[in-house]
Amino acid sequence: MKIRSKEQDEEKQQLNMTSMIDIVFLLLVFFVMTFKIVELEGDFSIRMPLSGGAGSPDLTDLPIKLRLKADNDGNLESMSLNEVTLGTDYDALRGRILGLIGTTAPSEDSLAEGPEIEIDTDYNLRYEAVINAITAVSGYKDGDQVVKLVEKIKFAKPRR
Amino acid sequence: MKVKRQKPDLAEGDLTPMIDMTFQLIAFFMVLINFAQTESNDQVVLPNSRLVKPPEQPLEFPIILHVGQSGSVFLGGDDYTTDTLKVGLNQEIRAIKFEGKQVEDANVIIRAHRNTAAGDVQEVIRVAQEAGLENFALRVKEDRSG
Repeated sequence: MKIRSKEQDEEKQQLNMTSMIDIVFLLLVFFVMTFKIVELEGDFSIRMPLSGGAGSPDLTDLPIKLRLKADNDGNLESMSLNEVTLGTDYDALRGRILGLIGTTAPSEDSLAEGPEIEIDTDYNLRYEAVINAITAVSGYKDGDQVVKLVEKIKFAKPRR
Repeated sequence: MKVKRQKPDLAEGDLTPMIDMTFQLIAFFMVLINFAQTESNDQVVLPNSRLVKPPEQPLEFPIILHVGQSGSVFLGGDDYTTDTLKVGLNQEIRAIKFEGKQVEDANVIIRAHRNTAAGDVQEVIRVAQEAGLENFALRVKEDRSG
């Protein structure tokens, strides 16, 4: 009889463990699901008023022109910055931008007066290549910090 | 002795299913909230970028345009082309004006598929510009690999 009562005690203790494990599994499932679903997203801000394209208010500060050419499949064929061909290397584009605007990061006050870039892309170029080019011209990562280069971005008229 | 052993077991047996149910409910609602926050569309796979970070504050008066791989535009559950998008945008602009705000205050969030033709995105921007909108945000996925 004594032995039986001990076995019963052990069974009851195991029963308590299972409910705890249930909750732990539920928590685990919850965190796994949130980890998969939530993808962190961010924005590249572009300010493009319609009137700005027609008459440029400041002729002395012309935008840097970035031309993106695509092949028939929509892949990036070549890039050229101010008529200088750069191939398909985004790092070369970033280096060129660095050379144009200097290595000093723009201060908070000069953000509104910073350089502007105009992206002129072939119609069939894949959007991902445009985003890669925007990433290259808008800055680079130095460790965990983002060093900003060009923040004013606009598109040229679409090519049909 | 028997009475002492049974009492705590009974109390625990009552609590566990309730706690289970509570956790399930919490998990259910948390997952639902996350779905609402991502504003995602099944047909859109965003491109990646290492530079973007999630905004600290959500953009004011957002108009979210999903651009599919074929160039079709989704706005508020309706399917548009670049020719018909103006109708949908005008409805959004009317709603913004109804709240006493200017058209320029609105932010157009463009969520375009990574393989969409860049010209289609440009066309969407052009239509929005013609409707009087000025502020655009190209939404991309944060790439944490590099």
